[in-house]
Amino acid sequence: MSLLDLSTGLRTRRFGAHTAPLLVLIGLLVLVPPVANFLDDPFLIKVFTRVIVFGIAAVGLNLILGFGDLISLMQAGFFGIGAYTVAILAYHEVNVEPLLGWPLTLTGTTNLAISLPLGALVAAVFAALAGLVCLRTSGAYFIMITLAFNQMLYYFFVALQKYGGEDGLQILGNLHLVGFDVAKRVPFYYLCLIILVVILVLLDRLVESRFGMAVRALAQNERRAVALGIPPLRYKLLAFVISGAIGGLAGGLLATSQQFVSPADMAWVRSGELVAMVVLGGLATVWGPVAGAAVFLILELVLSSFTISWQLPFGLLIIAMIMFLRGGLADLWLFVMRHLRTGAG
Amino acid sequence: MSYTLIVEQLLNGVQFGVMLFLMSAGLTLVFGIMNFINLAHGSLYMAGAFIAASLISVTGSFFLSVLIAVAVTGALGMAMEIAILRPFYARTHLDQVLVTFGLILVLNEITRLLWGPIPVPMPLPAYLAGSVELFVGVRYPIFRLAILLVGAVVAVGLYLAVVHTRAGMWVRAGAANRPMASALGVDVQFVFLMVFAVGAALAGLAGIMAGPIFAVQVGMGEPILILAFVVTVIGGIGSIRGAFLAALLIGIVDTFGRVLLPPALGSMVIFILMAAILAWRPSGLFPLQS
Repeated sequence: MSLLDLSTGLRTRRFGAHTAPLLVLIGLLVLVPPVANFLDDPFLIKVFTRVIVFGIAAVGLNLILGFGDLISLMQAGFFGIGAYTVAILAYHEVNVEPLLGWPLTLTGTTNLAISLPLGALVAAVFAALAGLVCLRTSGAYFIMITLAFNQMLYYFFVALQKYGGEDGLQILGNLHLVGFDVAKRVPFYYLCLIILVVILVLLDRLVESRFGMAVRALAQNERRAVALGIPPLRYKLLAFVISGAIGGLAGGLLATSQQFVSPADMAWVRSGELVAMVVLGGLATVWGPVAGAAVFLILELVLSSFTISWQLPFGLLIIAMIMFLRGGLADLWLFVMRHLRTGAG
Repeated sequence: MSYTLIVEQLLNGVQFGVMLFLMSAGLTLVFGIMNFINLAHGSLYMAGAFIAASLISVTGSFFLSVLIAVAVTGALGMAMEIAILRPFYARTHLDQVLVTFGLILVLNEITRLLWGPIPVPMPLPAYLAGSVELFVGVRYPIFRLAILLVGAVVAVGLYLAVVHTRAGMWVRAGAANRPMASALGVDVQFVFLMVFAVGAALAGLAGIMAGPIFAVQVGMGEPILILAFVVTVIGGIGSIRGAFLAALLIGIVDTFGRVLLPPALGSMVIFILMAAILAWRPSGLFPLQS
C-alpha cells in the first residue's frame, strides 16, 4: 500500500512523453549508415559507433547518477575492465597461451559472445566489491572514493607490463561474434545499436519496476524509504553493480571498435566526461544520456577540427551549461515541445 | 633492505606526506566549511609550479620567486572563488563536480597555451642543490630536507592558526554550524573567501615543492589531487589533524609500497589501504563532530 502511494508520487517525476524522443533518437541512429553511404563518408559510421558505445556507458551510469542520486566517478574504470577483458582474451588466443594454467585451464578467445559478457561480469564483480566500500558512505565521500577506485584501476592496468602497460594493447586476432566477423563497420554498428536499444528498453522497465522505485525513493529521501522498509545498501549495491556491468559491456564494444585498448580509455577524466554526458542529456530520462553522448562527442570532434586548444572552449561550454541549463538537453526538448504545443493550440 | 635504504625511504615518505598535507589542507577546509567539492584544486598546484618556474628564470632568485608565486596562486584562487565558484556553494555536489571539471579543462588548456606542451625546467639554486650527510652513511638531498622542514612548519602553523586564533575560531565555527556562526556575527562569506585563498596558496606551495622533483607540466595536478582526496577521506573530511596524519600515512605507505611490492600491487596499495580504513570507519579516522 505504502509503496503504491510512493510510486504514484514518483511517477510524476518521469514524463509520459518520453517514448517519442526515444523513438526519434533510435530512428536517427538507424539512419546513420545509409546516410553515410549516400554521402560516401564512412567516417560518420565510426563517429556514431563511438557515440553509441559511450551512450551505453552513460546510460548505465545514469542508473545510479540520475535515478540513484549517487555521483560515481569510476564509470570509466568499468569501461576499462570490459575493454581489457576483450583485449586480454584475444591476446591469449592469438599467442596460444592459456590464461590460467593447471588446475583450472582457461584459454583465451576472440569470440565476443564469450568475451563481451565476461567483461560485463568482471566489471560487475568489481562493482560489487567496490560498492560494498563506497556505498557505506554518501555525498562527497562517495565522489572522492569512486574517483580513487577509478585511479586504482588505471594504475593497475598501467602496471601490467605484459599487456602493454601505459602504451596499451593492440588486438591482433580477428574478433568475431560466433563466427560472424565484426571487422565490417556497418554490421558492427547495428550490433552496437541493438545492444543499446535492448539496454534502454530493459532499463526503462527496471526504473519503473518495484526495484527502480525503491532506488528512486532512496535517492529522494533515504530516511523515509528506510522507514518504509527498504534496505538501502542492498538496493543501491544492485543498482551500482548493474551500472558497472553496463559500463563493462560498453568497454568491450569500445575495444572491439578500435581494435586497441589503453589505460587512457579509463583515466578519471573519462569518468568526468561520462558524468558530463549524462548531465548534458538530462538526468531524469533513460534515453537522455545517449543524446548527451552524441552532443558531447560531436562537439568535441567539431571543436578539435578548428583548433588543437579545443578543450578551452569545451570547458567553458561545460561551465556555461552547468550555470544556465540545469536539466540538460531533455529540458530543452520539453521546453521546445511545450512552446510548440501552446503555439499550435 | 638495508638500514640506509630504510632511513632514506622513510624520509622520502614523510616528505611526500608533508607535500600531500599542503595539498589536502585546503581541500579539506574548503570542503568542511563550505561543503564544496573542488576538483580544480589540482589546477592551483599546477599554477603554483608554472608561475614559480617562470619567475625563477626571470628574477633569478629562488626564494623571492617562491614567495611571489605562492601569493599569486592565492590571488588566483580568490579570483576563481569570486568569479565562478561562489554561487555553487548552494548548488548540488553534481553541479560542483561538473563546474570544477570544466575549470580543469580550461585551466589546463590556458597553461598549455601560455607555457607550451613541453615540461618546463625548474632549476634549484646552489644552496639547495646538493646533499648532506644526516647520519653515518645516509646522504639526503638538501631540497627534499627543505621541503620537509617548510612543510612541517606550515603544518604546525596552520594547526595553531585554526585551533588557537580568533580567525581560526571563525573558521571552525563556520565549519561546525554555518547559520549559527553567521547569526553570531561572523562574516561567513569573507571567511570562506580567505579559506579558499589560503587553500589555493598552500596548493601552489605544494606544486612549487613538487616542481624540481617531478616534472612541471600540464596535467601534473590531477594525480596529486586524487591522492589528496584519498588523504582527505581517510583523515575525515574537514579535519586538519586527520588530514595531517593521513597524509603522513599515505606518504610513507606509498613510498614503501613502491619499493617493496611488485609494481601492479605497489601502485594500488594506498587505495587498498583506503578501502580497508573506510570499511572499518566509513567517515574517516577523525570525523568532525556535527
